[in-house]
Amino acid sequence: MTIAVRHTWFMVGRQLRNLMREPIWIALLLVQPMVWLLLYGQLFKRVTHLPGGGFGTTSYITFLAPAIVIMNSFFGATWSGMAMISGLDRDVLPRFLATPVSRISLVVSQIVRSALIAVIQGAIILLVSLALGVRVHTGVVGWVVMLTAAALMNSAFAGLSQGIALLVRKEATMIAIANFIGLPLFFLSSTLISIRQIPHWMQIAAKFNPVNWGVIAAREVVLPGTDWNSVGFHLALLFALSVATAAFATWTFRAYQRTI
Amino acid sequence: MDAIVVDELRKRYSDVRALEGITFGVRTGEVFGLLGPNGAGKSTTVKVLATLTKPDSGRAEVAGRDVVREPNAVRRAIGYVPQSSGVDRDATGRENLMLQGRVQGMSGRALESRVGEMLELLGLAEAGDRVVRGYSGGMKRRLDVGLGLVHRPQVLFLDEPTTGLDPEARAAMWDELERLAEGESLTILLTTHYMEEADELADRLAIVSRGRVVVEGTPEELKQSLRGEAVEVELGDGRAAEAEAVVAALDGVLEATVDGRRLRSRVASGARAIPSILSALEAKGIGVEAVTTHRPSLDDVYLHYTGREFAAEDEQGRAGDSGGNGPR
Ligand SMILES: Nc1ncnc2c1ncn2[C@@H]1O[C@H](COP(=O)(O)OP(=O)(O)OP(=O)(O)O)[C@@H](O)[C@H]1O
Ligand SMILES: [Mg+2]
Repeated sequence: MTIAVRHTWFMVGRQLRNLMREPIWIALLLVQPMVWLLLYGQLFKRVTHLPGGGFGTTSYITFLAPAIVIMNSFFGATWSGMAMISGLDRDVLPRFLATPVSRISLVVSQIVRSALIAVIQGAIILLVSLALGVRVHTGVVGWVVMLTAAALMNSAFAGLSQGIALLVRKEATMIAIANFIGLPLFFLSSTLISIRQIPHWMQIAAKFNPVNWGVIAAREVVLPGTDWNSVGFHLALLFALSVATAAFATWTFRAYQRTI
Repeated sequence: MDAIVVDELRKRYSDVRALEGITFGVRTGEVFGLLGPNGAGKSTTVKVLATLTKPDSGRAEVAGRDVVREPNAVRRAIGYVPQSSGVDRDATGRENLMLQGRVQGMSGRALESRVGEMLELLGLAEAGDRVVRGYSGGMKRRLDVGLGLVHRPQVLFLDEPTTGLDPEARAAMWDELERLAEGESLTILLTTHYMEEADELADRLAIVSRGRVVVEGTPEELKQSLRGEAVEVELGDGRAAEAEAVVAALDGVLEATVDGRRLRSRVASGARAIPSILSALEAKGIGVEAVTTHRPSLDDVYLHYTGREFAAEDEQGRAGDSGGNGPR
């Protein structure tokens, strides 16, 4: 176990160090979340005044900010399998298989790397929203909850993305699948608009949408009248999903090894 | 004790039978070469020995450990240089070596000084802190070898270490490998398409075809196993197949194969065969540009053992897998 943790650490270090060498990538990493926040923030500014309400605040940016943390984390996760594909294509990962490296660490490190980046981006989004006047009702605890939700959200879908990457092993297919999954789940949630404002069938569907679980948990701690049971419940759901998708990714890695 | 024991290994990939009972042994400290046409099963053998993939049946031991039952013990004892480079191109040479050492359980000062030593040994001391993307093919391949050696393995697997290198880089790599084989008292298993390379480096070699060893011995033994002399005829025009048939039918010609416009034959006596070959070709009106004769070389050995099936086999190999058989 300790070996697996140590090897995961080595592999995460390898990936992050390589990414740090890409200045454009770093710039986009920092800028992109702010673009979401500012763009959507302006576009839907007035929706909080819609009849029927359900926003819990009249400040749309306050409503939006926690959901953007989740959305950004979710989209990042859907793409995380691309790094696995390029690792396989360039024969870097297969080379490690002739060493005593922990097999699990090769998969888990991809998920951890992805989740770490999501947390960093989440923190940036929260700092910018602070500057835009967003107040987190539950204070520091709220921050911790939001970043935890971002990490869980990301690992849940990064596990899925890694698993799919290991099954399809083709970038073009991976891109198609990420789009196919990403946009519907994003729109079937209360990310941009209060759940009360969307059609009834979508409200039902959203209940089963993991993206919405994350949005609920993150938003609860920002708005007044936090329902801690709901926060805990939805974080627990995300945690369970993360465990399940990580297991799926590990299983697909074994299947991949049998094709070498 | 044998450093590598390969006993009746079989493996199939869906409908391709990659290994069909391959068997050989490599003594400790020896450099052993595996030769064979595309798709013969060389890389598959190496992948089984390096624990990347499991055989369907048969037994293999490396450094006294069974590759299926004790894979981690084998992994600590071996270095593996795959057919297609596995270096992390976004990292520096030093970072690649450090990580490889770490997953092999090295750390601290010992690792740092070993990595420095490897960079020195591979002639990469100056390039060590540059990102691999900017390395030449030869530098990258040397780094690949370094990754296989950093933890001081007992056995090193080299899958076509010099394919794609220019002649100069290839010669440099040979020197390197010769030095390593002596200095680090390693057992080396090497696959190659270059007869010259096998001749130069290997103490013993095996020619593999269709997943089986067809012949095994020292380069000298193999050359001497072919009686007679080799005669090569450079044909003037494209009627190679016809020429082959004509020459193969002559008395005193043991075998004949064509390779492009070159007709290679092995004869009992050059002095007697050359006149009859030339007159037979002339009688058919097939033009001849040049004739040479020499003692059988490793090329002739290779063609003798794989030649007749070579064309068909090559086709099959390509159909099954288009070219580079890197681990996928
Ligand atoms: N991972 C794989 N999946 C499916 N088929 C494979 C795989 N690896 C090898 N094969 C097939 O097994 C056969 C033997 O391949 P192998 O790579 O061992 O040949 P080789 O002797 O190394 O050839 P080359 O000289 O071209 O490298 C080939 O027909 C190849 O197509
Ligand atoms: Mg090969």
